[in-house]
Amino acid sequence: MTLQPETKTHPTIKPKTKKRLSKDRWLAFLFILPSIILIAIFVYGFIAWTGYVSLSNWNSLVPDLSFVGLKNYLFLFHDFRFQADLRNTLFFTILFILCVLILGLFLAVLLDRKIRGESVFRNIFLFPMALSFIVTGVVWQWILNPSTGVNLILHKLGLKPMWYTSVSVIPGVEWGKIQFGIPVAIIAVVIAAVWQMTGFSLAMYLAGLRAIPEELREAARIDGANEFQVFTKVIFPQLMPITVSVIIIMAHISLKIFDLIYAMTGPGANFVTDVPGVYMYETTFRGNFYGNGAAIAIIMLLFVAIFIVPYLISSRKGGES
Amino acid sequence: MKRKWLMAFTALILTFSLALLGCNSDSKTGGKSGGKNGKGTKLEIFSWWTGAGEEDGLKAILADFKKKHPDINVVNAAVAGGAGTNAKAVLANRMQAGDPPSTFQVHGGAELNDGWVAAGKMEPLDDLYDKEGWRDKFPKDLIDLVSKDGKIYSVPVDIHRGNVIFYNKKIFEENGLQPPKTFDDFKAVADKLLKKGITPLALGDKEPWAATMVFEDILLGKLGPDDYRGLWTGKVGFDDPRVKDAAETFKSWIPYFNKDHSSRNWQDAAQLVGEGKAAMNIMGDWAKGYFTNDLKLKTNVDFGWTTTPNTSDDFMVITDTFGLPKGIDNPDQVKTFLSYLGSTEAQDIFNPLKGSIPARVDADPSKYDEYGKQTMEDFKTAHITPSLAHGSAAPEGFLTKVNNAMNIFVTQQNVDNFINTLVSASSDLK
Repeated sequence: MTLQPETKTHPTIKPKTKKRLSKDRWLAFLFILPSIILIAIFVYGFIAWTGYVSLSNWNSLVPDLSFVGLKNYLFLFHDFRFQADLRNTLFFTILFILCVLILGLFLAVLLDRKIRGESVFRNIFLFPMALSFIVTGVVWQWILNPSTGVNLILHKLGLKPMWYTSVSVIPGVEWGKIQFGIPVAIIAVVIAAVWQMTGFSLAMYLAGLRAIPEELREAARIDGANEFQVFTKVIFPQLMPITVSVIIIMAHISLKIFDLIYAMTGPGANFVTDVPGVYMYETTFRGNFYGNGAAIAIIMLLFVAIFIVPYLISSRKGGES
Repeated sequence: MKRKWLMAFTALILTFSLALLGCNSDSKTGGKSGGKNGKGTKLEIFSWWTGAGEEDGLKAILADFKKKHPDINVVNAAVAGGAGTNAKAVLANRMQAGDPPSTFQVHGGAELNDGWVAAGKMEPLDDLYDKEGWRDKFPKDLIDLVSKDGKIYSVPVDIHRGNVIFYNKKIFEENGLQPPKTFDDFKAVADKLLKKGITPLALGDKEPWAATMVFEDILLGKLGPDDYRGLWTGKVGFDDPRVKDAAETFKSWIPYFNKDHSSRNWQDAAQLVGEGKAAMNIMGDWAKGYFTNDLKLKTNVDFGWTTTPNTSDDFMVITDTFGLPKGIDNPDQVKTFLSYLGSTEAQDIFNPLKGSIPARVDADPSKYDEYGKQTMEDFKTAHITPSLAHGSAAPEGFLTKVNNAMNIFVTQQNVDNFINTLVSASSDLK
């Protein structure tokens, strides 16, 4: 419908008529048209295709697109490995986001003291973000390897942590086919991920702290608030939008995490460090279970949508008001 | 004003050219030929030979082939990634898009037969075998492994053996141990080592196929070659008591593994044996290449080898083969290349570098080391059995399920669960 004015309108013929789209408007539209078409095909088109494959019987090398309904999804939810993946993703996401938020805020508050060499520290904390997750994964695999790295020192102290080779789940309540709880091995992965991403939340919080006018703190102090109250009652509420942004960005990283896990631990014994991304890759491209792989992809998309869609809606509302 | 319209015009052109591009590539992928889209007559050799010895081997035969056929434009299209996992994904995409490479590396057995042949993507090569007189140059069991319904579909280039125990000679000598021949021997040796505080069996199952390999060797030892093959044809069920016995045996071996097995890959595990931190390692004989090339160890001085328990007359085979896909436009050039690959000349150039043995029985043993010579001798007489862990025995889908089950079994050690998973997965097998 918006394409209507495209038909041979000449600038001389239709000047100053009250067309719905002004010239500038549809010129702008023309310019974004290529990207709209590309995104329509290569993002939404392929999402639709993946959704279709996930409802098909294509679980071998030869494409078989006959419709089987939710069979692939039902299979996954009864699958030990996928249940373990859901558990791991849940706890990885919670631990990862909590640690990134707390550490990032803590470091930002420290750096906000206007200390000397602040930019040096800021760069040091930000630097891990310049690395790829693959590098981080390999490095932390070496560092936390039970027979090398920091563990040689810990062994001297009588500690023998298993890190990512541990198979225990705390507290390990029977749930479905798996034991539900925090897999100890995932903590090693969380450490690596937090090491890499804390710099990001530090930078965000630091920018947020700088944006809070000094007058607000002064006013609070004059009203008799102590330093702790200034922080919890004045500064922290002001940082709320930043916290939400960081949570959204970290959540979409952790729900889709693949490279870090793949490089660092793989699926792990008993799938204690497996995540849907790794399962999707292995089942699709090694096992040729295309239907199952597509179903995992759609489930991952829905996870991320749970976080992103409310955010988009609220930010849209905010923009309009 | 004029400028604005020029810009609008540009935007439109861009849009339409994109749309045209889309149509164009559609018709390309819709067409059946991989050669028609401007590739000319390149002979594209697709493989995952990018590791140390194998890449040297591939380059050496390609150079030799170019010398003999300067008119053919050979392209080495190797994709990196251990055990070909990345390459197989790339290959699957290209085959489904109707853009096959001229010829590609594929393990003989199910990976070829139940994969590409069953999908109708391969041309039979019987006339090539007749023309070259190859039918008695490769062992019959091996030809069977690359045949489906009486037609031959690929040319084997190399042979690896999967049922080998590599052991650290120093540890065995110091403790007065003999390499084990039977399951009882193995248990006695391993228990003795365990008492001395030495890890008896190194395993690196970060990628679970390494554990699957150990299990398939136990299966072969418990069932014997005929019934082991029967597992894959459906003659023997996975609920057979001997399969359960094999699973129990595997379970009894778990205390012998290094504790951090789930964080190691196969090289890391072999390294434990090389460095004297573990006594034995069950691995395919590419581990020999790793010992000699990477760790600079001496064959039969630093490390020795024997077959896994009760399999001395069997040969768990992993063979790389090349075939002729349908829908390429230079099949004659590919056939020329395949005839070269199947020649003793090419096999004797390639295999000593890769550390494998030739697939032909009439190759020249003097070009191989001590291990190679003995293995070539065994290969002529042993019962050839397909490896599950490397996709020869069963389709990739079954293997993926077994690998998943293995990963759980190693930790939970629940034999009944493991057998149940195998039985239900085996409904995929024909």
